[in-house]
Amino acid sequence: MVLEIIQLTVYGIVLGSIISLGAIGLSLLYGILRFAHFAHGDVMTVGAYLALAGVTGLGLPIWAASALAVGGGVGLAVLIDQTLYRRLRRTAPVILLIASVGIALILRSLVQFVWGPDTQVYTQELQMPVRLLGIRLKPTQLQIVAGAVILVVILHLFLTRTRTGKAMRAMADNPELARIVGIDTELVVVWTWVIGAALAVAAGIFLGMDTRLQPTMGWHILLPVFAAAILGGIGKPYGAIVGGMVVGIASELSTMVFPPVYKPAVAFALMVVMLLVRPTGLFGAPR
Amino acid sequence: MSLLSMTRLRGGYGGADILNGIDLRVEAGEIVVVVGPNGAGKSTAMKAVFGLVDIREGRLVFDGVDITRLRSDRLARLGISYVPQESNVFASMTVHENLEMGAFIRRDDFSGQLARVYDIFPPLKEKRASRAGSLSGGQRQMVAIARALMLEPRLLLLDEPTAGLSPAFTELIFEKIVEINAGGTSILMVEQNAKQALGLAHRGYVLTLGANRYEDTGANLLANREVAEMFLGG
Amino acid sequence: MDLFELFTFVVFFLSLVGIYGVLALGLNVQWGLTGLFNIGIAGFFAIGAYTSAILTTADSPGYVGGFGLPMAVGLLVGILLSGTIALLIGLITLNLREDYLAIATIGIAEIIRLVLKNEEWLTNGVRGIAGIPRPFAGWFDDPTGVTNLLVVALALVVVYAALERGRQSPWGRVMRAIREREIAVMAAGKNTVRFRLESFVLGSAIMGLAGGLYAHFFGFVSPEAFDPMYTTFLIWVMLIAGGSGNNRGALLGALVIWTIWAGTEYLTNAFAPPEYLTRAATVRMFLVGLLLEIILLTRPQGLLPESQFVTRREERRRRRSDISDGK
Ligand SMILES: Nc1ncnc2c1ncn2[C@@H]1O[C@H](COP(=O)(O)OP(=O)(O)OP(=O)(O)O)[C@@H](O)[C@H]1O
Ligand SMILES: [Mg+2]
Repeated sequence: MVLEIIQLTVYGIVLGSIISLGAIGLSLLYGILRFAHFAHGDVMTVGAYLALAGVTGLGLPIWAASALAVGGGVGLAVLIDQTLYRRLRRTAPVILLIASVGIALILRSLVQFVWGPDTQVYTQELQMPVRLLGIRLKPTQLQIVAGAVILVVILHLFLTRTRTGKAMRAMADNPELARIVGIDTELVVVWTWVIGAALAVAAGIFLGMDTRLQPTMGWHILLPVFAAAILGGIGKPYGAIVGGMVVGIASELSTMVFPPVYKPAVAFALMVVMLLVRPTGLFGAPR
Repeated sequence: MSLLSMTRLRGGYGGADILNGIDLRVEAGEIVVVVGPNGAGKSTAMKAVFGLVDIREGRLVFDGVDITRLRSDRLARLGISYVPQESNVFASMTVHENLEMGAFIRRDDFSGQLARVYDIFPPLKEKRASRAGSLSGGQRQMVAIARALMLEPRLLLLDEPTAGLSPAFTELIFEKIVEINAGGTSILMVEQNAKQALGLAHRGYVLTLGANRYEDTGANLLANREVAEMFLGG
Repeated sequence: MDLFELFTFVVFFLSLVGIYGVLALGLNVQWGLTGLFNIGIAGFFAIGAYTSAILTTADSPGYVGGFGLPMAVGLLVGILLSGTIALLIGLITLNLREDYLAIATIGIAEIIRLVLKNEEWLTNGVRGIAGIPRPFAGWFDDPTGVTNLLVVALALVVVYAALERGRQSPWGRVMRAIREREIAVMAAGKNTVRFRLESFVLGSAIMGLAGGLYAHFFGFVSPEAFDPMYTTFLIWVMLIAGGSGNNRGALLGALVIWTIWAGTEYLTNAFAPPEYLTRAATVRMFLVGLLLEIILLTRPQGLLPESQFVTRREERRRRRSDISDGK
């Protein structure tokens, strides 16, 4: 029983790492652009499949394919922003929301068109789980958690040490004052897409490594990702990390009681409870 | 030639004009104070200087350069700093980071100016690692002004720097403003504490309905019976 | 294709346009009238469909059923149930930011999808529920399904007429005021959350009705038919293409988009080699997404913009009252 709880918690941390990476990007984008980016899950999907193309098409090792995929995903996100979202920014945020739902669909049909609807994997190789004090863990799962930690540290350094990172936080905090101190807000927006998309691509690849690739994978994880962002107080990237962990661990633990297919429902329930008691998130001011 | 001149400015926020042909002028080295009833368009006039209002008619010239339609970052580069009336700090960032953001467009070494600003506002030095949002109103106002000084501006725009502050803090802020002015920075300031502000101003304007009502030296305005009845509480 | 086939096809096509029209009208109550962002349309649609399906089918082994109630009862309970669920979600999210409502509706649609797929005792899982009675089945012979079309048309007309009346009533004016400038309405002492809740529940109930109509039209429901993305998305494109805020625009959008959607499906089915059929479906979806973005960029007001429509109507009304005033 205790061992099972620990085991599930460990799985929860793995899932939480993936969700967190998605939720950070979502939160950053929300902080800067003030709209919920519904295509975020599908950006994850695209990233995962770009890496697949690198692995199976070009025969690259997964890390090299990942770098390629990050480049591709970032390029795509910036392209979409500049051709579509940028032109809609002067209208209501909810128009951007609709546009992003459209992008979600466009991206998913592209993936389905190119790679087909069937599930795929990065490698057929069987993974031997390592055993540690009775806890089972696959090497890929270790890689996922380690990768997420590294990315979060890099993000933290970026946000607190670099000029662009600080400008980003400043703009999320107070857009008008950011303009007053001379920050080029359009440039910050582009940077936000770069970072949000890069993290989403990483999350997508990790999700593909942990389970398998499917054109709807990103759409199905979007709900937990949103739940994590809201739990952490949307717009707060650090909150999103905690939110992601809470959602991940709670989802895995719930499988002791409910069938695993209802994991997204658990995330949703957490979100609803949060919205009821403290809509500003775990670290926000109480209502 | 004036440092800043605003000529027959008309404009607003897209709807009806808020500014109805306003004229303002700041000479180098001056403290100029703008007073007027609520909603007169004082803040709008300040925003107009900083390119945050749709200007339909009229001209803004800063040190010989037409700035009527310049973007905010260009204005900052010309040497104008602006402290808005509300939410004028980055609440989630530390005091130190707020000052750094004030120097955002500077590519040179600004550590000297940082030290000078901390000298002007010693309490900020102690609080440099605190989040600006956690400070008291008076301290926040200091952060806002200090942030604006990081550019070493030639013209400082202050929108009601003492609003909501205790008399002691108000006194302190006014002292600092005189000190900053003595250091060579010209100041254009909107104030509700008209008596005190006009007392330290070289010149002042009274605005109503987005246009000039009176324009004179600070002392003369203070002595003016009508102005006194309107704004100074008799 | 002989005349009979053509007629059957037209009836089939129009029935679906009608059902989508009802859905679009439901969404228009929420988005067009009050600016509420619901992307869980498929969920409310499914609730209406499954409720009616379960209540009206004959007994079958393996899952609940055998109530054999009349279709009208099935539709009514479906309407009530989707309205109730909307009420619950609305109570939680309507006083929060608009994005939260959107996320909550996605969540509920997703959970409904999971329940449909996995709770076999209730929904028969992925196999779906068959044998849902057609309207007035057994009363007379109806090989073309024209009775069904009439039922759909009747529902559509009733919903449309009711909404048009509502829109021009004081209630409708408050709704639009809420969408445009909420602060002014709050200053006027109206409880905007209450009004938004009403519009959310009403819109979702209408979607539930559409679900019931759908179930009885096909006689079969399965989780696949309620894919959150496809249904929800098509309805959104319909409303935005037609012109949100405007009930006639919603109907026009349903007609135009469904024609494009079904037309391209017909074309690809006829001409694309079978091995490309699934690919062809994704291309169609891609193109609909692209269409939406193009509309948003170039004609955000849709084919029938609301303002023009409203002013013309109001002008007419004003003129009429001028005459009655004897001017
Ligand atoms: N962002 C804005 N959009 C539209 N109207 C605005 C905006 N800001 C101010 N106004 C309107 O412009 C007019 C002038 O406002 P402004 O803030 O310039 O007045 P003020 O003289 O600074 O008043 P106060 O003493 O209250 O600060 C007011 O009627 C106000 O409602
Ligand atoms: Mg003001």
